Amino acid sequence: MNRFDYVRPETVADAVKAVAGGNARFIAGGTNLVDLMKYNVEQPGRLVDITRLPLDAIAARDGGLSIGALVTNSTVAYDAQVKERYPLLASAILAGASGQLRNAATTGGNLNQRTRCYYFYDEATPCNKRLPGSGCPAIGGLNRIHAIFGTSPSCIATHPSDMCVGLAALDAVVRVAGPEGERTIPFAEYHRLPEDNPERDTTLKPGEIVLSVDLPDETFGPHHTYLKLRDRLSYAFALVSVAAVMTLDGDTIRSARFALGGVAHKPWRDREAEAFLAGKPATHETFAAAANIVVAAAQPQSENAFKVELTRRALVRGLSQAAAGTPQSQSDKRIA
Amino acid sequence: MAKSINSSGTDTYVGTARSRVDGPAKVTGQAKYAGEFSAPDLAHGYVVSSGIARGRITALDTAAAEAVPGVIKVLTHENRPRTAWLDYNYQDMVAPPGSPFRALYDDKIQYSGQPVALVVAEDFDTARHAASLVKVAYEAEAPTTDLEAQRELAYEPPKKRSGIKPPPAPWGDAPGAFDAAPIKVSQDYRLAVEHHNPMEPHASTVVWEGDGKITVYDKIQGVVNTHGYIAAVFGMKKEDVRVLNPYLGGGFGSGLRPQYQLFLAVLAARALERSVRVVLTRDQMFTFGYRPDVLQTVSLGADASGGLRSIRHDAISGTSNFEDYQEVVVNWSGVLYDCDNVALSYKLAQLDTYTPSDMRAPGAVTGVMALEIAMDELAYETGQDPIALRLKNYSESDRTEGKPFSSKSLRACFAEGAERFGWSTRNPEPRSMRDGRELVGWGMATGIWESMMQQSSASATLTRDGKLTVGNATGDIGTGTYTILTQIAADTLGLRMEDVTTKLGDTDLAEAPLAGGSWTAASSGTAVMRACQDLAGQLFALARGLDDSPLANVDFDRAVFKDGHIGVAGDASRSIAITDVLRATGTETLEATGSAGPDAAHQKAFSPYTHSAVFVEVKIDEDLGVIRVTRVVSAIAAGKILNLKTARSQILGGVVMGIGSALEEESMLDHTLGRFMNHNLGEYHVPVNADIQDIDVIFVDEEDKANPMGVKGLGEIGIVGTAAAVANAVFHATGKRIRELPITIDKLLA
Repeated sequence: MNRFDYVRPETVADAVKAVAGGNARFIAGGTNLVDLMKYNVEQPGRLVDITRLPLDAIAARDGGLSIGALVTNSTVAYDAQVKERYPLLASAILAGASGQLRNAATTGGNLNQRTRCYYFYDEATPCNKRLPGSGCPAIGGLNRIHAIFGTSPSCIATHPSDMCVGLAALDAVVRVAGPEGERTIPFAEYHRLPEDNPERDTTLKPGEIVLSVDLPDETFGPHHTYLKLRDRLSYAFALVSVAAVMTLDGDTIRSARFALGGVAHKPWRDREAEAFLAGKPATHETFAAAANIVVAAAQPQSENAFKVELTRRALVRGLSQAAAGTPQSQSDKRIA
Repeated sequence: MAKSINSSGTDTYVGTARSRVDGPAKVTGQAKYAGEFSAPDLAHGYVVSSGIARGRITALDTAAAEAVPGVIKVLTHENRPRTAWLDYNYQDMVAPPGSPFRALYDDKIQYSGQPVALVVAEDFDTARHAASLVKVAYEAEAPTTDLEAQRELAYEPPKKRSGIKPPPAPWGDAPGAFDAAPIKVSQDYRLAVEHHNPMEPHASTVVWEGDGKITVYDKIQGVVNTHGYIAAVFGMKKEDVRVLNPYLGGGFGSGLRPQYQLFLAVLAARALERSVRVVLTRDQMFTFGYRPDVLQTVSLGADASGGLRSIRHDAISGTSNFEDYQEVVVNWSGVLYDCDNVALSYKLAQLDTYTPSDMRAPGAVTGVMALEIAMDELAYETGQDPIALRLKNYSESDRTEGKPFSSKSLRACFAEGAERFGWSTRNPEPRSMRDGRELVGWGMATGIWESMMQQSSASATLTRDGKLTVGNATGDIGTGTYTILTQIAADTLGLRMEDVTTKLGDTDLAEAPLAGGSWTAASSGTAVMRACQDLAGQLFALARGLDDSPLANVDFDRAVFKDGHIGVAGDASRSIAITDVLRATGTETLEATGSAGPDAAHQKAFSPYTHSAVFVEVKIDEDLGVIRVTRVVSAIAAGKILNLKTARSQILGGVVMGIGSALEEESMLDHTLGRFMNHNLGEYHVPVNADIQDIDVIFVDEEDKANPMGVKGLGEIGIVGTAAAVANAVFHATGKRIRELPITIDKLLA
């Protein structure tokens, strides 16, 4: 860990100014950034502590809900309005990390956490995300946990968040501020695929800060789920996860949206498969056909071909749970 | 039941459930660990680790690090002070044959993660920052870390490791009998490399006392090993070195050998003539010993009714390029079952890694896993119940040594474990039992571990106020040693546990061995008992010599030490308080020592082993392959149980570790880089609370005479066999036989 300057602005405008120019990073909960600094993956010259900014509220907005960037993961997960209107989000958050981490981690920080690829964290090894142009030893190396969708020859890392998978399925919008003022980014466009620039995880411009994540005015009743499959029953990143929401007319799907975690550099949406589901009967056959559409795009690595089949099965189960209105519990580890 | 320790015939504490005497200190943070001790002039060392696995250092640039304010010194192979040069001096008490690793010795890189520099600074953060500025240039060679690729180069270790029995000579004609057997099972089995991952990272605090003396707080499972190592490597007199380790935050074998942070801390302290602490990071905990990769083949030949005609068990274990690490992997297959044709082999192959090290039930976890999955396969091949098959082939003697067992209550483990588990209602057909979407599997396996004893001594001091202090230099590695020694001392002298203090982990205390091998209870327990018995004799003599003594004309063998008094068996009217004896005789303190060691005659006549039967229920989502271990029953035969609570905790911990071994633990090597890549507790998975449900522990009655207390040891038996029982349950649930552990979703879906 290197030496760094530290500032703690009181306003968003001052924070944006403080982070401009030079090698500065925002810090809130620090649950990921501090680890990265200990591993010398991040070596900021300045830390801009944003915990005093007025971004820690959950408020109604445009008929939906706006979650401030500094609201902790725990606060969101146990918020009465979130539990009532967006139980998928609460469930996705509780599927991740540990109670202690969720107490410290913030909404904005969760969006900006970095991959858990082994090589990214180990400065003794090459990594295009950490050191552009140095290579990707995960390709042909240890890649059992890596991406099967949207990879590039330079990077096969996954985005590690559970919350973001839920937000992607919910069609959230990210509100940001920067030197050029405020703007909104549809959630599906917030994270990016690695392409030739795996060092960039998001479409945030230099100096921009997340203000809030805004949820649209929608409800799905019990027709949602967050199903996470991993190598142990808690405190592990997803091999594959499924966030799904659905509206139904009787046994017919009116609309369905889903996002997959653990399989791509960003929460993975498949609009073709979602469109396929609309108007179809909510049956195993329908879900299997949709899953086949999704996995047709899969390009597995040397060790993770199982993720293709696991994705197919997880998606069928997740859609079944959403259709049946029997969302996956995050405390009862038996899969519904 | 084994006889009591207390002279009355009934123990107050031994054999009961008692909470840890060190529990309050641990949960309130008063228990200090090696990296928590300090000194007024303490400097902090941070290790720079090699990024390559094989090659040599061509250039070291420490200028930027040395320029950081607060940096005192950067030690490398280029500027380190001289230390001993003979391998002999670096060979600690449990070193395998070979040339032990020497940190900062020369420019040669022998494994990835090897320390290449130590940055010493006024504070930890400065040292860590400066360490990131040390630039090391390497000439790298392609490393060899894939054991499978080295199979053809495997060799029998020319020099055997002390204390590790090589495989016995074959008996009968195992290959011929296998060929002739009507039923055959022959398969390869493999367990992933595992790292110990104790909660407490390795750390050494060296306090510079002046006048050439040092006090060392070291993460070690017995200060005796650190003591000898420092003296030999640095040419110091033992009396100038005091080593302490009052508490250990988990060892599991990782603390048996002095590790490089100790060497570096002492090196730096001597070079700077000031106190130095070196603490390894969690990642650096993956830069020394581990449970080795072993290629195993088990071949069982049987007659139609399951009687074993042939057992072959062949193992090739990875080791380093500088030491021939050895553990007992295959011998268990000759001990556990009665078979007339047995051939066992154990070879090594060299890898560009650090030397493996003993990890909880070393060798047995690996070898018994393979044997007990193979036995389950044989049960299916012969249509036998797995317990019936094991009973049919039950060994009544240890044929590897041609001796009877000192005791073997494995039948009772089968019976009581099966009863508690409800085994009789099992439908043996795979995939026949389900619970909703989940397939239910019931599997079982046998566990075995050698019951050992080491030479140990102990001291006991009784003061005028009736307070007793006992102790020796061994370590309590979290097993409950403080507690059982307190119980033993209290019962031997008839005192209350509250009046007894146990001191451990200090070279100023009576000599004692490392804590390992499940031998501590038998070794140090007996030594403490004998020291207290000596005190009892002294007290009795003082008491009988008093004027008008109530013990006048009483022989010592009729004396009863109970409730703080010395009484007379069968005569309740005659008794005197111990404190009255001390007061009346003007005695300030009474001191005694005791020692204990293995009984050579008994060793020659008997084979002492602990046994277990492990029963496991898994529930597996049929589509998704998610495994839940819903129930475990572990029935243990381990002689006399000193403390039902700490004993149960030992077995619980072993079972949890066994579940981790079966389903989660795996140190992943990138063979191109020759480096373990999941070197942290986020990516190296051990079980979390959600993975663990009901674990039921049974201790069956077993009377053993291997040592005076009839204690066989419990630190290791809980893990042995557990992984096989899980794997067998997975087969029963799914019909999939997975022979490479851990069993993860990808393997179930394949």
